[in-house]
Amino acid sequence: MSITLTVNETDYQTDAAPDTPLLWVLRDELGLTGTKFGCGIAACGACTVHVDGQAVRSCQVRLGDLWGPVTTIEGLGGQTPLQAAWERHQVAQCGYCQSGQIMQAADLLSNNPAPTDEDIDAAMGGNLCRCGTYTAIRAAIHDAAKMGGAQ
Amino acid sequence: MSRLGTITRRTLLVGAVAVVGGAAFGIYQVRKPVENPLAPDQGATLNPYVIIDQSGITIIAPRAEMGQGVHTTLAALVAEELDVDFAGIRVEHGPPSAAYYNGALMHGALPVADYAMKAWQHTVVGGLAAVSKLLGLQVTGGSTSTVDAYEKMRYAGAGAREALKAVAADRLGVDRSALRTEDGFVIAPDDTRIAYADLAEDAAARPVPDVDLRPQSDWKLLGRALPRSDMRAKITGQAQYATDIQLPGMKFATVRICPHLGGGMAGFDPAPALAMPGVEQVFDMGNGVAVVARNTWAAMEGAKAVDVTWTDSPLPADMDGMFAAIEAAFDAEPNSTLRDDGDVSALPDGAISAEYRVPFLAHSTMEPQGATAWLQDGHLTIWAGNQAPRLCVQKAAETSGLNEDAITLHTTFMGGGFGRRAETDAVAQVARIAAAMPGTPIRLTWSREEDMRHDFYRPAAMARMQGAVTGGRISHFNAAIAAPSVTHAAMTRIMGRAPGGSDKGHVEGAFDQPYAIPNYRVAGHLAELDVPIGFWRSVGASFNGFFHESFIDELAHAAGADPLAFRLAHVAPESAVAAGVLTRVREMSGWDTALPEGRARGVAMTWSFGTPTAVVIELARDGDRIRMDRAFMACDPGLALDPGIIRAQMESGLIYGLSAAVLGEITFTDGRADQANFPDYDALRMVNVPRIEVAILQDNPHMGGVGEPGTPPSMPALANALFALTGTRARSLPLRTMADFGVS
Ligand code: FES
Ligand code: FES
Repeated sequence: MSITLTVNETDYQTDAAPDTPLLWVLRDELGLTGTKFGCGIAACGACTVHVDGQAVRSCQVRLGDLWGPVTTIEGLGGQTPLQAAWERHQVAQCGYCQSGQIMQAADLLSNNPAPTDEDIDAAMGGNLCRCGTYTAIRAAIHDAAKMGGAQ
Repeated sequence: MSRLGTITRRTLLVGAVAVVGGAAFGIYQVRKPVENPLAPDQGATLNPYVIIDQSGITIIAPRAEMGQGVHTTLAALVAEELDVDFAGIRVEHGPPSAAYYNGALMHGALPVADYAMKAWQHTVVGGLAAVSKLLGLQVTGGSTSTVDAYEKMRYAGAGAREALKAVAADRLGVDRSALRTEDGFVIAPDDTRIAYADLAEDAAARPVPDVDLRPQSDWKLLGRALPRSDMRAKITGQAQYATDIQLPGMKFATVRICPHLGGGMAGFDPAPALAMPGVEQVFDMGNGVAVVARNTWAAMEGAKAVDVTWTDSPLPADMDGMFAAIEAAFDAEPNSTLRDDGDVSALPDGAISAEYRVPFLAHSTMEPQGATAWLQDGHLTIWAGNQAPRLCVQKAAETSGLNEDAITLHTTFMGGGFGRRAETDAVAQVARIAAAMPGTPIRLTWSREEDMRHDFYRPAAMARMQGAVTGGRISHFNAAIAAPSVTHAAMTRIMGRAPGGSDKGHVEGAFDQPYAIPNYRVAGHLAELDVPIGFWRSVGASFNGFFHESFIDELAHAAGADPLAFRLAHVAPESAVAAGVLTRVREMSGWDTALPEGRARGVAMTWSFGTPTAVVIELARDGDRIRMDRAFMACDPGLALDPGIIRAQMESGLIYGLSAAVLGEITFTDGRADQANFPDYDALRMVNVPRIEVAILQDNPHMGGVGEPGTPPSMPALANALFALTGTRARSLPLRTMADFGVS
């Protein structure tokens, strides 16, 4: 049985099992490897994507349960104020967590265009960074908010 | 596509030859402060670091980019001399080759404290680079990359520039000295501009002119915070890690190895796995199984389903047994007494003593272990994030049954290293699986559980400390440290045997600290305990820094002295550089200003990997909780090549250390790690991390590392702050059992 899903405004067909987590459909079946695997149990945020405009942990969303179009880091396009701020603040170190961090931050700014430190800490709490880039992430989010938010 | 994809390993080894429409340069002169008969110098001038072709400049970085920014700094060293647009440069990992030996790796080889090294000792250490060169140690570790590259990479750029100018001079019929270079062009006095790409092939074919390096006063790139060469790729999802490689017809694999460390597999039934959708093959890996499937999730589900009978671990059944094995080492003769000044055998009245212990720790890199491999027509191509490419090829040859010649290794970006990717286990596994499935590319990804249960852990360690204060100053300091030896474990894996002699890595961070103490001894006892252990960010200093700086704090308390002023009084006579970082954190943190009720500060300073680093942590009570409010760091790595990257590394090292200090603990039951995923072994999240200020001093006459030195002092600074706030001395880690830091 084949399932259709929309990722970054492109329609894809896949015959992967319906209980396959979206994360692995993206990475292995569709070749969109910008979304990362860190834990598989919603504990790290590396796999964060948007479904229907909302940040979700793609390791927890089954293919068969998908309820809307998916946006991944590849779909953000690279020119958003958020990514520009990430570049200005030279946020990434190993970079492995950063797709998830950026997708989570984009979700925050779309709901809250002028977040406080506390808002940021609360929204980003599920996104682990083993390289410890938190200070730069917080600064980049504030900066992006000033420059016009996620979009 | 990788520039290196079009260059064979052999071509690179031969050196400066034309490569598909371009040329590879690698020109440098090896500094030879000491004539070493073991190090004939021939061939060394042909190491390729620069490729110029019509599509631009590619710099080949001989060290692994694990997030520490080394690619940017190494590229800047070349670009500083080469005169190219820095933003347009590509940087790639070098292939496995003896040409990329790490000459600074031996800097730690002398049994002398770094701060106390005399000029002649630095020279001898420079000579030891030849040993590394001879062994072809292409290794990223020990915070050595920029120290090693500092001259080599600048010579590579300068040599290439002058060779390009020489070709242009011939073509234009002018003297080479009349030409200048800018942004990838040679420019004649009449403003004729010739692109490097048009000169490159001819330039590579001729001998390289003698070159002098530019003086520091002329630098345009070095000494500044540069935009990282890998930033764009990493914020757009384009950076490729080993577990992102995509190949036609690829299959996805995972492994499930005996969780009882040192145990094996009595038998297994693959049938339940093979019955699952998407699962294609199950392989016997000796001490576990590998499952190959249509996607990684199917492989992981399949691996769980294989019915396996494990055999027992030979390790002690519980942590009491493990610590008993470590404690037993105190009864044996020490392996080392690298610090043994005066006489500590008779302690004066009022002497104090304390016993400390710290747990095993996992690296917990953000990207679990993994690698990709493809066997085609008898040739195996491997993609791996790794800190030791030549070792990876060796191990892959062993498990695949191929000759090393038949293996090509591409080093990818890595999702964190911290020492974990100095190991070759995932590469050895993927080579074995790929060799069993000729023609099919295999991408191996470990589950987080596999990663946490099959680490090469930071060893648990104990210390017995004694000390005395006489007339307000430390008169006696006697430390005995017991832990299994990382050096022995790692060298046995690499070379098949452990080296003899004093194990410096075991006591670094304790024996080599710049304190003027008349009776001062540090003994290292090696424990017999076969838990797999390895290099964990800052290695021995990760526990010795805690032992040493916590006990210094105890002595300060015994003396009734201010802990920072007390340290300074002992450090200043020994090292002005170390006194400098202490003085700086004193100023930054407002140390001499009293804090309101419910707040307290702690300080620590560790000299490791050539860089003294002092940390002050300020804690604040927040109801029943304790918040790490602010952190102040001052480091002195000497010449600061990129202050932006140094600052990022200092923060990173601090947070890595604080995460371990508050949360980190791996325990074993029947040889199996009790922790398997982040909920059991977490790290600090954004909300828990203090506001951090970093100061970079440049008074150190010798360049030090920056990736590791932030970690050792972070842990004792926190524990000392906790003592100042609560009056309770933490003599073991992690601290979450002692105080509520608001972590779950
Ligand atoms: S992989 Fe999904 S939250 Fe960690
Ligand atoms: S940048 Fe390495 S884990 Fe976040």
